[in-house]
Amino acid sequence: MSEFKNISGVACILDIDNIDTDQIIPTEYLKSIKKFGFGEFLFDGWRYHDIANINTPTSSRSLNQDFILNQAPFNESKIIITGKNFGCGSSREHAVWALRDFGIETVIAESFGDIFYNNCFKNGVLPIALNQDKLLMVKDHVSNESKLHISLVDKNIVIKNERIAFEVDSGMLDMIITGQDEVDITLSISDKIKSYESNRLKHKPWLN
Amino acid sequence: MKTLYDKLWDDHVVEDLGSGDHLVYIDRHFLHEVTSPQAFDGISKKNLKPWRLAANIAIPDHNVPTARGQNFELESIEDEVSKIQIIELDRNCNKFDIPQFDINSEKQGIVHVVGPENGFTLPGMTIVCGDSHTSTHGAFAALSMGIGTSEVEHVLATQCLRIKKLKNFRINLLGCPRDDVTSKDVILYVIRSIGTDGGTGHAIEFSGDYISSLSMESRMTICNMSIEAGAKVGLIAFDKITESYLSDKVQLDKSEYDKALEYWKSLSSDSNAKFDKEIEIDVSKIKPQVSWGTSPEMTSDYDSCVPELDQNSDKYSTYKKAIEYMGLKEREKLSDLTFNKVFVGSCTNSRIEDLRLVAAEIKDKRISESIEEALIVPGSGQVKLQAEKEGLDKIFIEAGFSWRDPGCSMCLGMNEDKLSPGDRCASTSNRNFEGRQGHMGRTHLVSPMMAARIAIHGGIPHE
Repeated sequence: MSEFKNISGVACILDIDNIDTDQIIPTEYLKSIKKFGFGEFLFDGWRYHDIANINTPTSSRSLNQDFILNQAPFNESKIIITGKNFGCGSSREHAVWALRDFGIETVIAESFGDIFYNNCFKNGVLPIALNQDKLLMVKDHVSNESKLHISLVDKNIVIKNERIAFEVDSGMLDMIITGQDEVDITLSISDKIKSYESNRLKHKPWLN
Repeated sequence: MKTLYDKLWDDHVVEDLGSGDHLVYIDRHFLHEVTSPQAFDGISKKNLKPWRLAANIAIPDHNVPTARGQNFELESIEDEVSKIQIIELDRNCNKFDIPQFDINSEKQGIVHVVGPENGFTLPGMTIVCGDSHTSTHGAFAALSMGIGTSEVEHVLATQCLRIKKLKNFRINLLGCPRDDVTSKDVILYVIRSIGTDGGTGHAIEFSGDYISSLSMESRMTICNMSIEAGAKVGLIAFDKITESYLSDKVQLDKSEYDKALEYWKSLSSDSNAKFDKEIEIDVSKIKPQVSWGTSPEMTSDYDSCVPELDQNSDKYSTYKKAIEYMGLKEREKLSDLTFNKVFVGSCTNSRIEDLRLVAAEIKDKRISESIEEALIVPGSGQVKLQAEKEGLDKIFIEAGFSWRDPGCSMCLGMNEDKLSPGDRCASTSNRNFEGRQGHMGRTHLVSPMMAARIAIHGGIPHE
């Protein structure tokens, strides 16, 4: 994962609440055993008229031209702006892989599903939660402008002369900025895990 | 003074990593074929092995065909991609020496059904799986949650998760329900009341005299769907009913069992523990529930109508899209809808108690002419065996149901069992999302009892 500090690009609005991970990527594509290559299936049920099938080449499929991500300039979106509870439902990390592979670097929403929210940080996609007022300001701006600039280091969204601050956990943001590997970090304190384990078996021998 | 969640959390913190992050130890890790291959690949690339083999148990469930019979050959799976995934799980389990109930094991089934019935789920444990319905195991006073594939890799490699503590939310369910109201109706009513994000950021503890009166099967249905209320953790305190369920499933010698039991008995919230949020619901007022839309919160009483669209409401665009997708009209009576498919199964409602409920409703009856397909899919090999021992399979088959082999089946349409465009299905599963059960399929979430009634009547009975 490369290091990055700013996000700048086309933003599209999906003005629907509760967009679940089944919509972000349908179950059909969960049959893949790979971690990449999901971008063309992002929002598959909305992007195409025909049925999802992992073996059908995208070039032969019937595009739904009414869907925003099929229209220029939004087909090159880096940012999605949506309603509340984005990414609710299934824990499938494929949803984040599909966003990432499409080129989405951040999703701005009123709130997120808990599991999806955590999955984002593991894959360099930044979920930004804003209150209704701030979200409305961003939507208004994007409706006219379609482009948005976000500073990760300053934790704000730049709109004309204004800066809309957002909150995000610094440790989690660092993971996105530096692309650190969590397994390596945890294994660097494996002595702590071992000492917890020996204590655990002393107190709960039935958990062997 | 601690909540049940606080106790489970405190007991598993390995290290406070600062700024709210904690390293939390995981006692049990369930794996299935869909969310594990990339994780196994990840540890292979790092040249790591699973940290503690005995913590893991793998079961293929999402992709498996449900009309397969005994001694099934993986080669005969028609869908090449599904086949690869199941073979890959087999390969990874062999490579890393992870115990597996494979497709031909009589214990195979849906991970959240198999875990508890084999004693892999124990009170006081931390339990994870790359599946959001892992919340099911919270019914045993276990801290249990769904995780993503990166976290599956992290747990395999380190036996820990790096997570933040959730807030505490208690839902008190009080009173005695109507005879036709099951725990599925109650949890649908809860979701409808607090919304699909009502529990986001929280661990929900379900308590009250209604919960105390429930069997473990019914409790699992409640905790299973806490994720549909936004809470990845659902919890119920340990009590006599938990103890009696476990008595023939746990294999421990007497001294170990006594020690475990003493600990398990401490697994409830202290009487004056503080919750960040708390609500009370009188279950005696709840009617059977039927979802009408494309989110579990879009649920109504069985004798009500599709909502009216209000242009001034902030739900307008979301509701409009849902009503269109579901092929409904505003203010249409739910009892006027004609169904052509019925699905009884999934980690929500595929346990023996659910099957008994269905059998009681359909005994000596035939499914309606409007029903083109009625599937009944047991949650595990053991559930299937028990149902057949009780003769339930004959009742299902005589009524016109198709009696299948265990798996996730039509809950998510990853295998052959799926809806066709325009199908209207009464389903005992947990999600009515667009396309969830098949491209352009229309799902109405219901209890097993209501699914059985819809199968017989072809629609929601009026009375």
